[in-house]
Amino acid sequence: MDKILELNNLQKFFSSQKAVDDISFSIDKGSIFGLLGPNGAGKTTLIRMITGIFYPDNGSIIFDGKKFDPINDVLKIGYMPEERGLYKKMKIGEQALYLAQLKGMSKKDAMERIIFWFKKLEMESWWNKKVEDLSKGMSQKLQFVTTVLHEPKLIILDEPFSGLDPINANLIKDEIYGLAQRGSTVIFSTHRMEQVEEICDHIVLVNLGKKILDGTVQDIKQQFKKNKFSITLQNEPTNTLSNVFTIDAQNNNSLTVSINNGYKSNDVLKHFIDTNQAIESFNEILPGLNEIFISLVEGTKAKTRAFEAVTV
Amino acid sequence: MNKILIIARREFLSRVQKKTFLLTTIGLPILIFGIYALIIYFAVKTTDNFTIAIADEANIFEGKLAKKNDGEINFIHVQNETPETLKKQIEAKKINAFVFIPKTFDITGSTDSIQVISDKSVGLITREKIIGKLNNVIEEKKMLGSLHITKTQLDSLQKTNEIVFTTTKGVEDTSKKAGISYGVGFVSGFLIYIILFIYGTMVMRGVMEEKTNRIAEVIVSSVKPFQLMMGKIFGIGSVGLVQFLIWIILIIGLQFLLPIIFPDMLTQMQAQPMQPGIGAAASTMSQENTAMVGIMNGIGQVNWLLIVGCFLFYFLGGYFLYSSLFAAVGSTVNEDPQDAQSLMLPITMPIIFGMVIMMKAVNDPNSSLAIFGSIFPLTSPIVMMARIAHGVPEGVSILQLLISMACLIVGFVATTWLAGKIYRTGILMYGKKVNWKTIGSWILRKN
Repeated sequence: MDKILELNNLQKFFSSQKAVDDISFSIDKGSIFGLLGPNGAGKTTLIRMITGIFYPDNGSIIFDGKKFDPINDVLKIGYMPEERGLYKKMKIGEQALYLAQLKGMSKKDAMERIIFWFKKLEMESWWNKKVEDLSKGMSQKLQFVTTVLHEPKLIILDEPFSGLDPINANLIKDEIYGLAQRGSTVIFSTHRMEQVEEICDHIVLVNLGKKILDGTVQDIKQQFKKNKFSITLQNEPTNTLSNVFTIDAQNNNSLTVSINNGYKSNDVLKHFIDTNQAIESFNEILPGLNEIFISLVEGTKAKTRAFEAVTV
Repeated sequence: MNKILIIARREFLSRVQKKTFLLTTIGLPILIFGIYALIIYFAVKTTDNFTIAIADEANIFEGKLAKKNDGEINFIHVQNETPETLKKQIEAKKINAFVFIPKTFDITGSTDSIQVISDKSVGLITREKIIGKLNNVIEEKKMLGSLHITKTQLDSLQKTNEIVFTTTKGVEDTSKKAGISYGVGFVSGFLIYIILFIYGTMVMRGVMEEKTNRIAEVIVSSVKPFQLMMGKIFGIGSVGLVQFLIWIILIIGLQFLLPIIFPDMLTQMQAQPMQPGIGAAASTMSQENTAMVGIMNGIGQVNWLLIVGCFLFYFLGGYFLYSSLFAAVGSTVNEDPQDAQSLMLPITMPIIFGMVIMMKAVNDPNSSLAIFGSIFPLTSPIVMMARIAHGVPEGVSILQLLISMACLIVGFVATTWLAGKIYRTGILMYGKKVNWKTIGSWILRKN
């Protein structure tokens, strides 16, 4: 599959601090990519290099098959930073037009796209309002529209759902899916793991300026599984003594078991079949991303580092 | 480049379209002018046909006052009237005021006062005119009585020969011109001083707004920080230019309108004897006329094209030089605008310093301090205007002017480059208090 973005051995130092230390990964075209990491891990610095705000000290960025050109390629990128805002005194329509023109759109094209998106997100009546008159959720929606107006090939969203109610969050989520289907690639940066599990195809976990995890959500879960299974029986279990597994928890007819080394899931089923206990369900318990995230990050200096200014 | 224009356009329109812009640009000068016009109008306005009856029993005026009637103030010489009968005439509105001079009034060496009695208090201008006319007659009489000379004889005595100052290059250096150069130099230097502060802080506040609104990063992902900074500087600079253009048009327009609104104001002002004690009205008028002609000549001798051209150059040069520095300071501020105060000091100091040198330079345009101040780019926009007003090459040599201009251009390229480095890092920095050491490290950073 074609890659929209390839990062090779990217490094960025701030005085003595390594904000990004030798990170490489690539992103498929049309995928939704999760960039995860605790506060201060170097996500923002990484994104700022991708959006041409910072130049990397070392390493290279390949954008759409060519070496990244900060002047022209940023026009194909839509970036919604975590620290975002709009001109408070400016009218909403004018503001969207202004930001679209800065992305290199002609006035005519920009107007067409603005009207299209305003209709789609039911914002038409806002045109002459000022940003200061909007609620937080409303300005968030506007911010999203201004990010995707110029139909960027790469959309970078940093915590896009913060401040949105569930209805509007779903609305934006659907738009993100839609954009990915139409060929845009989305980089999605967040701390909210349930959103990542739901939306992302591929994730990268960054900590202390280094990449510590890279893969699809399924692969990573497989990689970190602990051979735990949940079993539900028709009746209360009677004979649970076996050297195949050990019981972690029991709740009426349900059991959570860990398979011992050298055995497989079928050995567990065989035990219950042999002892003639009817099985209603048998599932592997995969760890949540949240769990993996915490287990990987905990114990590192991530927390103390978060207080230092990483954005310097 | 195109993006700088888009940004400048927004900065320009968002300020010009505000109601406060119209108010301060057009409303304020008109309001100030209107108030002054009203004050002048009411001060100059005289009661039409102010009639004064002169009951001159001592015959000191010898009936000469009636010759000075000008339609506004009319004297009537009356006989056989008493103060009481005259008061009745005032009540009957036949006259506005009267002067009663008793038989015992002694003109030579007396300190007796002459009383003008009226029913209402008399306006200032009318009062001046009456005093002038009365004194004129008394003076002539006194001169003739004690010195035996006439007014014309005195005038010819008082007439002095003109003393002219000329430079070796043959340019007439009248004191009128020196005065006007002083005024022009001071006003234009002061104007640039004000401009640097007003528009500099406007740029700074704009940058702070962008930073605290958290829009900086959104914009910077589309344009270079340097483009954003330059767009802002150009946009606000054109607001300043437009504002000045409107003011110049207003001033020229009002100059044409003034004589239409108050057709006889100027003639009235000229007709007023300013120093009633010295000579007859005719003589003071001629003196005033020569003064006016002198001022006109002085104004004519000033090279306005040069001054306006240089003013624009130093206005833009100074603005670009300082506004980028103000932008840099704005970019370092976090949430609290108070933070800007301490960082602004190194910028405001040279501006104030320039103002101080300018006040010296306007008196002595060729002192070494003035020469230094007019070449050093941080003070030259203010100081050079004071020297240019004295003319080229009298106030400043062409070589010095060219060096100063070159230094200013180099200066603003340097400060813009420096400020761009600070701005680029500062605009994206949150939650960290900035001091000079950190700013220094930003400047030294490669990219």
